[in-house]
Amino acid sequence: MSAELRPKIIGARVRRVEDPRLLTGGGAFADDLGTPGALHVAFRRSDHPHARIVGIDCAAARAMPGIRAIFTGEDLDGLVKPILATSRMRNYHPTPIPVLARGKVRYVGEPVVAILGESRYLAEDALEAMEIAYEPLGDVVDPEQAALPGAPLLHEAAGSNILVSREFSRGDVDLVMAEAFVRVGGRFRFHRKTPVAMENRTYVAEYDRGRNFLTLTSSTQVPGIVRDALVALLDMPGHSVRVVAQDVGGGFGGKTSLYPEEVLVCALARKLKTNVRWTSDRLEDLISTSQAFDEIIDAELALARDGTILALAADVTGDVGAYSIYPWTAGIEPVQVVSFLPGPYRIDTYRGRVRAVATSKPPMGPYRGVGRPVSTFVIERLIDMAARRLAIDPVALRRHNFVSGDDFPYKVVTGLVWDHSSFREGLDEACRAIGYDALRSEQRRAREAGRWFGIGIASYAELTGIGSRISAAPGMPINTGTETASIRIDSTGTVTASFGITSTGQGLETTLSQVVAQTLGVRIEDVRIIQGDSSAVAHSTGSYASRSTVLAGGAATLAARAVREKVLRAAAHILEAPLEDLDAADGAIFVVGTDRSITFRDLARAVYSEMGRLPKDTREELEATKVYDPYFGTTSSATHIVTLDIDPETYKIRLHRYLVGEDCGRVVNPLIVEGQVHGGVAQGIGAALHEEVVFDASGQILTASLADYTIPAAGDIPPIEVVHIEAEAPSTIGGYRGMGEGGTIGAPAAIANAISDALAPLGIEITELPVTPERLFQLVRQAQAKAAKEQGSS
Amino acid sequence: MRYTLHVNGQDRSVDLDGDTPLLWVLRDALELKGTKFGCGAGLCGACTVHLDGHAVRSCQTPVSDVGKSAVTTIEGIGETAIGARLQKAWLDVDVVQCGYCQAGQIMSAAELLAQGHVPSDEAITAAMNGNICRCATYTRIRQAIKRAASPSFASAAARK
Repeated sequence: MSAELRPKIIGARVRRVEDPRLLTGGGAFADDLGTPGALHVAFRRSDHPHARIVGIDCAAARAMPGIRAIFTGEDLDGLVKPILATSRMRNYHPTPIPVLARGKVRYVGEPVVAILGESRYLAEDALEAMEIAYEPLGDVVDPEQAALPGAPLLHEAAGSNILVSREFSRGDVDLVMAEAFVRVGGRFRFHRKTPVAMENRTYVAEYDRGRNFLTLTSSTQVPGIVRDALVALLDMPGHSVRVVAQDVGGGFGGKTSLYPEEVLVCALARKLKTNVRWTSDRLEDLISTSQAFDEIIDAELALARDGTILALAADVTGDVGAYSIYPWTAGIEPVQVVSFLPGPYRIDTYRGRVRAVATSKPPMGPYRGVGRPVSTFVIERLIDMAARRLAIDPVALRRHNFVSGDDFPYKVVTGLVWDHSSFREGLDEACRAIGYDALRSEQRRAREAGRWFGIGIASYAELTGIGSRISAAPGMPINTGTETASIRIDSTGTVTASFGITSTGQGLETTLSQVVAQTLGVRIEDVRIIQGDSSAVAHSTGSYASRSTVLAGGAATLAARAVREKVLRAAAHILEAPLEDLDAADGAIFVVGTDRSITFRDLARAVYSEMGRLPKDTREELEATKVYDPYFGTTSSATHIVTLDIDPETYKIRLHRYLVGEDCGRVVNPLIVEGQVHGGVAQGIGAALHEEVVFDASGQILTASLADYTIPAAGDIPPIEVVHIEAEAPSTIGGYRGMGEGGTIGAPAAIANAISDALAPLGIEITELPVTPERLFQLVRQAQAKAAKEQGSS
Repeated sequence: MRYTLHVNGQDRSVDLDGDTPLLWVLRDALELKGTKFGCGAGLCGACTVHLDGHAVRSCQTPVSDVGKSAVTTIEGIGETAIGARLQKAWLDVDVVQCGYCQAGQIMSAAELLAQGHVPSDEAITAAMNGNICRCATYTRIRQAIKRAASPSFASAAARK
């Protein structure tokens, strides 16, 4: 069979190899691991937002049945160092994160005491018997108040609650603004979210006292980062620490950071020379897993009469919570907002200022989209506001200002570089697929019938699969720009491909099997993927930042190519054919155009076991390890279009159609890609309409259950149509672009634009998310009162 | 207190406090790890199992309430015709992402399908709305339920 006619594995709708075990109760999530005799940790957490710890009385708890040990922050001295997220960023104050609070507490939910019991029940019972005396310190809740001089400080050593400040600037923004034909702007608010993976965070530390070896089974997205950090914090040799993430029940960014509980079970397993485990309950998840977004953005956009964007200005205040999270720092979310605010548009004159302000709330970390759901919300709202003012169709205004054609590669004022990506094609294709012009006609009829019917568009660009040239977070001392693959054909002819990268539900075992199988010339069932294991390769970080297919897929391709060359060299000897006449597919190597072939199994036997078949000095181990560094990374882009109706009685929003036209480069498995888009969009719908972490004025969290923090359910998500655009292949190996986060980036903006469009006759512009029925009701009431007043005075 | 539970067709004996939630009896005492803990408050559906064919939240079901009811979990549902059809339909349309909630989804869907007809969209939403999936596999769950319920799929699955 010629290469062209052979069935392709990459690009096929291959069923996931993970699913049979996950559908029959055979998955292996961290809490499923059996550890007879392990001690169970329960945490006494702070119920104060900001207070000095006056005294901790553990005596009664210590005497409770089944309690084996109790540790406070002071008891950990000498066992483990505080976690510290350093960075080369200027104007950055790192904040040491104690594994258990020392001296003071900084948010409700911060771990203060760890109780180790023979069961979780016994440990929880003892929590009640513990007495902790606190002396409240000043409120640090509102980020703008907290940024003022004289505000109470969360971290005295930092000297300020402003942990990061930064400014990007080019051109005379004020002058251009002053002379522009039209300016639109306002104060935008994107409220705090939390990732809510269905699997709560779980850490199981097993300590082998004979070999002084620590194994942490963790529900983490980043086993490599955790391993390297544990080695430093516990002062252990790296070869004696292994971090394993088996099946992980969703991450979405909430499992990309190093957590105090994770470090604690390891430190105590080592100290007590036993197994120690902890599984978060849902309350703990909602108050101590990293939270997200939470920014106030004052932004203004200036345009010429023909719609050309002239300048953009923005001031961003990010509420980053109590600590600068490891390893990403307090800059991860708000700095991305100002970096990505210019979007896919040509904007030469820009000033973006950002402050990351500490408050007594759970630390902010990465969550699906990181910064870009917020930046896209703001710039796409500004574009629509401008379109309305200029009476230009919002599609035309976007097209007019997109970076396009010869502009690529385009360097954004903030330093990002867009390689060629289908900005225009994505918009055009999305409009064609959804029938944009017909929708506008439908809207005219709906308006005549008195309905609040809206059409919302959002276009965005994101940088994915970033390499070593750019760090995933500014100035971090860890390398997020490479991944490693190690591929081996063993003496039975089967293939094991090992990665440090971690699947948290995105089907990486399948995707990587497809890449390895096709590149090597074997069948998918011949390949076993080992992933989520820090001991699998020398260096890895994990899965985040829409990088896994680009980086691990690239590394897999390089390693598989190298192994394939060795296979073909051996086969050339055995088949007595010139190398260039050989090809491999479906588990066999064959001489093209003949019936001569050898299976991988027979070839492996010839190489490893049947010592007479190959000359000694031509025998090679059939394995290779390769590192891939995409260096810059590549641009993914999309346009989302949504239509919706607002019920004028209940203010409930009903989504009708949702379409995504996206360029994620070469698609390895359309089933998986579309599933990721569905999931991303759904989380964006949650962010736009439902989800908000709420605190009272003193910093007590009010949304500490799934009844109060509501995430989308089956009835909230419309069918989502996905159109793939594979225009110009990027320069990444394999031509892949990252796509796991995009859905969440586009959806909040598209929905905010659709609601604003529906209510345009009332002059309402959505500037705050989520748009709950209550917020919407207030907006409409204010607009109607204003209209009545104007009518009265005219 | 000693309880004998009828789980996936077998009698299993456990010695526990009567208020122990069935979820932890299954996971800790009987080593049936397929049923998952999500919230412990009956708000997410990850822990759904069947008692006599009815979907219940095992985190809210004390072991003392189980009595002589037949308990079916994800480990056993594939032995029933409806369970097997659902698992196959789930594979066919590639429902699963992280998979953590899917045991509960299948159990809720199995109760719905036992009604014996192809459910409407409204009926699917009503039956499945308490099973949260943060990966948001809802669209494909809907597809898979309809697929598993269709008479042609049922007879094809039966022939296999």
